Amino acid sequence: MKEFIEGSHAIAEIIKATKPGVISAYPITPQTHIVEDLAQMVANKELDSQFVNVESEHSAASVVLGGSATGVRVYTATSSQGLFYMQEVVFNIAGMRLPVVMTCANRAISAPINIWNDQQDSISLRDSGWFQIYAEDNQEAVDFHLIAYRLAEDKRVMLPVMVCMDGFILTHGMETVDMPQQDKVNKFLPAYKPLYKLDTANPVSMGLLADPDYYMEARFAIQETMRESIGYLSEISGEFNAVFGRDYKDLLVEEYQTKDAEKVIVAMGSVCGTIKEVVDEQRAKGKKVGLLRIITYRPFPYARVYEALKDVAKVAVLDKAVSLGAYAPIAVEIKAAFYGKKKGPKVVSSFVAGLGGRDITLESVHEVFRRLNAKEVNSDFIDLKPELLKEEYGE
Amino acid sequence: MENSPLFRSGHTACAGCGQAIAARLVIEAAGANTIVVNNTGCLEVFTTKYPDTAWGVPWIHSLFENSAAVASGVEAALIYLGKKNATNVIAQGGDGSTGDIGLQALSGMLERGHDILYVCYDNEAYMNTGVQRSGLTPFNTNTTTSPAGAQSSGNIRPKKPVPEICAAHGIPYVACASVGFPQDLSRKVKKAFSIKGPKYIQIHASCPLGWRHEANQMLPVAKLAVETGLYPLFEYEFGVLAGRKQITPKPVEEYLKTQGRFKHLLNNPEEVKKIQEIADNNIKKYNLKLES
Repeated sequence: MKEFIEGSHAIAEIIKATKPGVISAYPITPQTHIVEDLAQMVANKELDSQFVNVESEHSAASVVLGGSATGVRVYTATSSQGLFYMQEVVFNIAGMRLPVVMTCANRAISAPINIWNDQQDSISLRDSGWFQIYAEDNQEAVDFHLIAYRLAEDKRVMLPVMVCMDGFILTHGMETVDMPQQDKVNKFLPAYKPLYKLDTANPVSMGLLADPDYYMEARFAIQETMRESIGYLSEISGEFNAVFGRDYKDLLVEEYQTKDAEKVIVAMGSVCGTIKEVVDEQRAKGKKVGLLRIITYRPFPYARVYEALKDVAKVAVLDKAVSLGAYAPIAVEIKAAFYGKKKGPKVVSSFVAGLGGRDITLESVHEVFRRLNAKEVNSDFIDLKPELLKEEYGE
Repeated sequence: MENSPLFRSGHTACAGCGQAIAARLVIEAAGANTIVVNNTGCLEVFTTKYPDTAWGVPWIHSLFENSAAVASGVEAALIYLGKKNATNVIAQGGDGSTGDIGLQALSGMLERGHDILYVCYDNEAYMNTGVQRSGLTPFNTNTTTSPAGAQSSGNIRPKKPVPEICAAHGIPYVACASVGFPQDLSRKVKKAFSIKGPKYIQIHASCPLGWRHEANQMLPVAKLAVETGLYPLFEYEFGVLAGRKQITPKPVEEYLKTQGRFKHLLNNPEEVKKIQEIADNNIKKYNLKLES
């Protein structure tokens, strides 16, 4: 059923449809509307769930860890500093192979304190063993949560999934969303049946000490699962399409006008909507430009990226995050996808834009295409304000 | 000791480990229908070296400081599953993970009113990392990070009053127990599980390695801590002092001289006097002295 709805409300509605038994979260902007709605649903008896109000994000993550280990579907959401405060538990949840699903309402990192959107928070946790799936719009944000639970709880996977959606732009944006109906959700996402759980009828120990004889194999197993999951993602999205009538390909990347493109921008999240508009405009003028949208950032779809870009001459990677002192995060992966390969772009330039909520406008995207020439650049910032830098540099 | 189905022998604790005995007393008093959530620490390390486990009950370890929060999630899930009334939940950790890094998670668990027993095994330092001081290390203790030297008699602060901090939350039950008094310890665990809501028991558990006494002295050393008034065994119900174990107080020197961690004090009567004052204050505050 199509509804004109705020992103956060839509997420709360879809989480309600997944029937989590334990929900725990700590307030942080711009995640708050999601869990406020869920709290109200529990208060109204519309949702049978234990909503645990905790004293910190560290405990929110710990509560859902405990709930998941006891064999119950769980949910939490956070942003920015909250995600960082959870970090230790985030790694732990993955190491313990618990199928937790979390929404990250992407927001900039302090300092300076800033509540607006970029993707530095979730990207900083890229090595945690969580799947990271980035939505472009609220329809995807809703759908990806259902796919997230199916993926996480798949017996071949048993790993947590972070659904990332740009803070404010998506969380507080009103869009028309085709909300999945409960009967179809039930069909696609059956009740959670854990592989292992804390149960006095069948005692198990979880979270044991692994000495050097065992630790590496535990990490290797996660690495292997991530590698194999590239295939499961396309399988699960196929099933999703069949039930809900959508057209998600493999949920790894989206190729937009890339087939004969000479210049392609690679990006992730809601900014891709803006880039598509510029691509359409340029195509109308006969320019061969395109967009490659990264949907799944972990595991990173190297093979799909290679196939999509191997014949493109010039590629610009637009990151809404910066790895201070190094190449920008997505740019590193794109370069890695072509290392040692016969084919590939002549130029892979890297641009950083939109940090701390600075608008990435149509003109910003035009600027990226303009600057995409024979000379490669690395981690150049787009839309910097030179007048604000003068003082620091004494110009 | 006989093998226990709930806490099996063959784990890798040091000889004379007070915590191993205390943990076994706790789980046997709690019974088989119990889920244990453990912080990182000696107990986790010596009972669950993969692929072995000493635990005959469902047991989970996540991190150093979050057993109270993980247990909150376990309890919430049991309520959701309709299994809470048939299942006891224990969160447990050492003094560092409870009173220092995990104090916030513990306070959150108490404040939220979860039906969980939190057990703190208090061996008065960070033992499995090499005897560093914690907030529950006693005044004047020689540890590797509060060393005694020309300008120092050891740890400069008294023990953090974690039982009182817990009691201030107004929770139904707070108790101190000692591995030196096993029947009292078992009674307190059973009493805790007869009460719904959050409970806290802090158990003094001697550590031969960290306290530097012979392994076979575990029980007498633990007993002396109580008998001198340095480790009073009291109970709070809903924030009000409701009971205490009375003693015929012995001088603190008897306790101090049993352990290497206090050896530096024995030729320093001024510093011993300060410790005697701590014991005397406890005796007065909790009315510990047996009427003759």
